[in-house]
Amino acid sequence: MVLGGRYPSRQRPVGWTARSLMDLTLSAQELQFRNTVRGWLQANVPPPWTRPLRDSEAKREYFAYLRDWQRTLFDGGWAGISWPKEHGGRGVSIIEQSIFQEELALAQAPDRLGVIGEGLVGPTIIAVGTEAQKQRFLKPLLMGEHIWCQGFSEPDAGSDLAALGTKAVLDGDHYVVNGQKIWTSFGHVANWCLLVVRTDSAAPKHKGLTCLLVDMKSPGVVVRPLRMMTGDEESNELFFTDVCVPESNLLGQVNQGWGVAMTALDKERANLGTGLYLRYKRHLDSLLERAKTMRRAGRPITEDPIVRQKLAQSYLDLEVFRLNSLRTLSGMSHSNAPSPEGSILKLYWSEMNQRNAQLALEVLGLPGQSWDFDDGRWGYNYLRSRGNTIEAGTSEIQRNIIAQRVLGLPRSY
Amino acid sequence: MEFDLSKPQKLLRETARATLSRHFPLSRVREWMAIGATNEDSLWSTIADQGWVGLHLDNSIGGLGLGLVELTVVAEEMGRACMPGPYLATTWAATLLAQIDSPKSTELLPSITAGEHKATVALMDQDGDWDLKNIAMQLTPSEPGWKLTGRKTLVLDADSAHTLLCVVRQSSKLAIVFVPRKATGVSCEKKRSLDATRSLYDVAFNEVTIAESDVLAVGEQAHSAIEQSIRVATLAACAEMLGAMQWIHETTIEYAQTRKQFDRSIGSYQAVQHQCADIHLMTESARAATYYAAWALTSNAPDACKAIAIAKAYCSEVGREVGHRGVQVHGGIGFTWEHDMHLFLKRIKVCEFLFGDATWQREQIARLILK
Repeated sequence: MVLGGRYPSRQRPVGWTARSLMDLTLSAQELQFRNTVRGWLQANVPPPWTRPLRDSEAKREYFAYLRDWQRTLFDGGWAGISWPKEHGGRGVSIIEQSIFQEELALAQAPDRLGVIGEGLVGPTIIAVGTEAQKQRFLKPLLMGEHIWCQGFSEPDAGSDLAALGTKAVLDGDHYVVNGQKIWTSFGHVANWCLLVVRTDSAAPKHKGLTCLLVDMKSPGVVVRPLRMMTGDEESNELFFTDVCVPESNLLGQVNQGWGVAMTALDKERANLGTGLYLRYKRHLDSLLERAKTMRRAGRPITEDPIVRQKLAQSYLDLEVFRLNSLRTLSGMSHSNAPSPEGSILKLYWSEMNQRNAQLALEVLGLPGQSWDFDDGRWGYNYLRSRGNTIEAGTSEIQRNIIAQRVLGLPRSY
Repeated sequence: MEFDLSKPQKLLRETARATLSRHFPLSRVREWMAIGATNEDSLWSTIADQGWVGLHLDNSIGGLGLGLVELTVVAEEMGRACMPGPYLATTWAATLLAQIDSPKSTELLPSITAGEHKATVALMDQDGDWDLKNIAMQLTPSEPGWKLTGRKTLVLDADSAHTLLCVVRQSSKLAIVFVPRKATGVSCEKKRSLDATRSLYDVAFNEVTIAESDVLAVGEQAHSAIEQSIRVATLAACAEMLGAMQWIHETTIEYAQTRKQFDRSIGSYQAVQHQCADIHLMTESARAATYYAAWALTSNAPDACKAIAIAKAYCSEVGREVGHRGVQVHGGIGFTWEHDMHLFLKRIKVCEFLFGDATWQREQIARLILK
């Protein structure tokens, strides 16, 4: 468990009393919230999906399974729980949101299809959208009818996002969009896209950008899956050729898109925390169990002092991530706003997961890397982890953010 | 849930920081270092007057009745000031005494917390081994009472202590023995530590007479008292490392902003920025690990022992690394004797090994997770 319950007050050791006001236990209200969530999940989580996703038929059915789950969450009042009540959310605190994520993980609930919509697009629409946009988009998003993707990066605009070149030209009451996006997660299943485009080529690069809400079924939108080194088609390229977007789908002001996009990205980075910890904790727990079954050089590998050092290092690395997450969460519960401090978490977990995925392979040796050993999960985790320090802002960009926005060093570009 | 210091805890930190910088600037620390007088009495009375000695102990025995988070706050400031003196040693000894139900504890603790009496723990036999299993020095029967002969190594601040709490064996059982520093047969030999602000001694015991009443605890009670006191002392060592990291953090960022090369501040270059970002990440992560361990131990959380081992392993690794990067960002001046950087690097370096280095702590973690 990540967020602790109250510990029984046992007999304290002679000599000191606990009068620390720093307090990592949950309040009675938070514990009550946990019980409510747990009860609801026990009654509503569907059986886990077990079939392999080899053909398009299976993938379609899996997509339907995930969308049904989103609908179940919505009907139970558990979609967008951190959103304000007037926008269909539950208005829970950030601590309660974190408890909810923990409980989802513990209940082995299906993955969330709407993470980009719920975590990033929805909150941005709430922050800067028009009343009509809120009416039109928020509810279908929570119901799982609208699956959102994010059209930000381009082949020539990665870390330097503001250099993007996809153009939108106003023609009467609609924009005409031309260009290409890349690294679009959920692009192949999404029916809506938060797209950043250039509307003023003469302005300095940060000042000529605009955000549009684009219907993915619009004529001229082509989605091409991107196969990653893991073999997964996890991401996509999007091509836009003379795509018409009604002017009413402008999000925020014309040429103010950079600020809108940064609002969205801060929400993305802030959206980490305990759910991620629990995923990596599951990996580590299963590695520990696996290691206990293996022998090398005539003895259990868990008796090898070097293996013991490596496993303990993995464990402590992950535990420090948990504590960093708790501390960030506690800070955010006061400010109620994501901060550049989120960059520390991103930098920490991405590099930690690479160390730990590598270390798992070192512990398991030649057998462990095979696609036929434990369903290939160790080799997969290792390959997948190489993307961690690139996606959602490379480690280099995170270090720049820490240096410039947290430590106050001068901008270097 | 509140993973931050409370208002009174923050006030304690401000008071400690202000007091230490007013009375013990680094220029004064250097004077003590130069003459090897890091245990000067005036230094100790200033600390004790603040109530910081045994602040985590009950009021009834002269403490302030505060918790281990508060102890961590003060010890962190000690590290940030690179404070010499027997704070760590006395905290350890006082904690050990407070774990033992004996008349000697009741007698000594009020004068220790008042700063009149100093004590330390003589634990390791040889070779810097922190494993209690390998303590072999024996009490030998001598009518009436006992005799003690042998050698304890790398004892913190032994020379200035009035009392040595000596961890030995009474046949096969662990025992804690009260030995006055001035007792006949006790002699201290200073070991020159890499950190000149930290005094380490080898202590020889030659046919020292031990009264029956000076054997303060034996067997299971002795064992658990020592273990618990080591956890608290380990926490204080983590806090000292954290404070030293904090000083390096502040000093290095400021230097990166002000030092100019090629007509720009060196902090405008990404190669330097990334070093600074790593210093920040490691220092803040060490802070989370250390304060969590303090909270876990003070509130009897089920994972308290593991949390202490994790904090010590993590601080030992990243403390050193923060020191190295601090030196690197400073360039040549950071490598000089004149610059204060080396004081903090050395403080961290010795703390890295006190109470078990990262390798030792990882093995403790392995024992807990590979059962």
